[in-house]
Amino acid sequence: MSDPDPSSTGAPVGKRGPELGMAGVLAAIALVVIGDSLRVGIGWADDGPRAGYFPFYIGLLLLGASLAIVLGQLLQWKQPDPVFAERAQLRSVVAVLLPMVVYVAAIWGLGIYLASALLIGFFMRRHGHYRWPLTVAVSVGVPLLLFAVFEKWFLVPLPKGPIERLFGL
Amino acid sequence: MDEITNLMHGFGVALTLPNLGFMLIGLTLGVLIGVLPGLGGANGVAILLPLTFSMNPTSAIIMLSCIYWGALFGGAITSILFNIPGEPWSVATTFDGYPMAQQGRAAQALTAAFTSSFVGALFAVILITFLAPLLAKFALKFGPPEFFAVQLLTFCSFIGTSKEPAAKTLASMMLGFALAAVGMDTVTGQLRMTFGVPELLKGFDFLIAVIGLFGIGEILLTMEEGLAFKGKSAKINFKVVWQTWGELARHWKTFLRSTAIGCWMGITPGGATPASFMSYGMARRMSSEPDSFGKGQIQGVIAPETAAHAAGTSALLPMLTLGIPGSPTAAVLLGGLLIWGLQPGPMLFVEQKDFVWGLIASMYLGNLVGLIVVLTTVPWWAAILRIPFSVIAPVIIVICAIGAYTVHSSMFDVVMMLVFGGVGYVFKKLRYPLAPMVLALVLGDMAEASFRQSMLASQGKLSIFWSNPLVGGITALALVILLWPAVQRLRSWLRARETQPVGDVP
Repeated sequence: MSDPDPSSTGAPVGKRGPELGMAGVLAAIALVVIGDSLRVGIGWADDGPRAGYFPFYIGLLLLGASLAIVLGQLLQWKQPDPVFAERAQLRSVVAVLLPMVVYVAAIWGLGIYLASALLIGFFMRRHGHYRWPLTVAVSVGVPLLLFAVFEKWFLVPLPKGPIERLFGL
Repeated sequence: MDEITNLMHGFGVALTLPNLGFMLIGLTLGVLIGVLPGLGGANGVAILLPLTFSMNPTSAIIMLSCIYWGALFGGAITSILFNIPGEPWSVATTFDGYPMAQQGRAAQALTAAFTSSFVGALFAVILITFLAPLLAKFALKFGPPEFFAVQLLTFCSFIGTSKEPAAKTLASMMLGFALAAVGMDTVTGQLRMTFGVPELLKGFDFLIAVIGLFGIGEILLTMEEGLAFKGKSAKINFKVVWQTWGELARHWKTFLRSTAIGCWMGITPGGATPASFMSYGMARRMSSEPDSFGKGQIQGVIAPETAAHAAGTSALLPMLTLGIPGSPTAAVLLGGLLIWGLQPGPMLFVEQKDFVWGLIASMYLGNLVGLIVVLTTVPWWAAILRIPFSVIAPVIIVICAIGAYTVHSSMFDVVMMLVFGGVGYVFKKLRYPLAPMVLALVLGDMAEASFRQSMLASQGKLSIFWSNPLVGGITALALVILLWPAVQRLRSWLRARETQPVGDVP
């Protein structure tokens, strides 16, 4: 996106933080897997291996791998931190991620067609700087096309909201 | 020749009017998916899979596999004209394809790329035609230990051959296995890792993971890079095609070598992306003028495209015969088989002859039709890429959301798609490979079942994986592939020590 952003200075985000964070999350997942496997039993019952038999080792391997990643990071601690992303880059990622989260939340209340129209409209106005007529045409046209393909042609119902109820669909 | 008879029968199945129609729809959608950033073979097929639930399985697989071929073709268009790889396996094509386009030889580069793709795929399909029935017959003798050994081989070769750090490959794979274990244990009926959340009862669906990881994750990456589509335009006319074919014939050695690399990497689950890089590297090393690579050398287009298409196609061989997919897209197709009520594996060749041979015949037809389609319609696809990303991106997000929703008609899945999208972005940035996670998620239950059955048979002794030459051989091969990089590193370390004076070693 070509949004001019005067505040896009500042040091780039280093890789070390995200690396350690991701490894930490993986280790936490591993502990959950191991814990739950112990709960359902990792040994043998009368009829064979119990439910935790296989996942337990998966958890152990995941824990081992994430610890190895942490160790690898610690070993190169003295070297300069490679760049994960520039701040301006992260800002454009968030500029897409946030509307996506709002969009998914909006599907619940408004139905997928209205939410999609709003999402496309928002992107075209905010990032593409299109004029209203084209924005409205595309953002209404695409959901209508999707409606025709899914509901009419393939008979797959998608989440609907107040607008569709208004039309009695 | 049984195979020829079966194949002719398959052509009879594939050459009906509706199936040819599905083939064309699949190819067109596939090229579109391959051209658009954020949509690729794996998530494209995953999004369209729910639409085929009610279709006849043979027509469904013909359409979905044609999407795959189309995506393989489409990736080359963006690489050559826009220097943007539409697919990871066409990254290597940009090295020489884009310089050729800059020099005004875009039409030659595109013709070379499409023809190479076709040749690579053709050889791979011939290989499937004759090898798959043999392998399936052989695999009929497999018991649970053999199946687990083959799965072990799959996963070990991921760790052994991946360019990413081994620990990250392992972590990504184990995360996939862990997610696959969530939900009801099919043997004991116990609930695992659901923590009282009803949505987790059915576990994590790999289709949702694929759509999130490859679709949403890719959109986020594309946004970060800040896209400016400044492409070359191209028109292909028959004269250029004819001349380029004449030139291509002189590079038959590159074709053969790249096909061999591609088929090997496709059958062992290396996948199309490493195959394309390896083949490009080999072509440069074997060339008499290695310096011309990267500056518009036509061999630099032939090598990666041939290998990528050969790998992408031959990835279906282990999927059909053993039920073990050789690439993420093959994994999605395998998921489709299960949904349509077909059990992948050797029995498929006995029980579902129409399906298997219809599919194989459609591979010949699909690639031939695909070649003609892309050669004639290139300018239109290039025009699609000129639509700004601020329009394309939200539409792709909407399509991904619809695709995730339609799998189980569940909003929870759409939320999970977003989560997987975030994970996909961070994984890509930190160089965690995504393919092992997807394959582990698909194969997790199968691998667990075969492991538990083996353990049941041996009363918990791991020695069952060495109990006969067959299973022992596969297990040994898996361990060799797993440890090979470590052995090589040790050797180069020892050699470095020998050449240095003893006192210098810290």
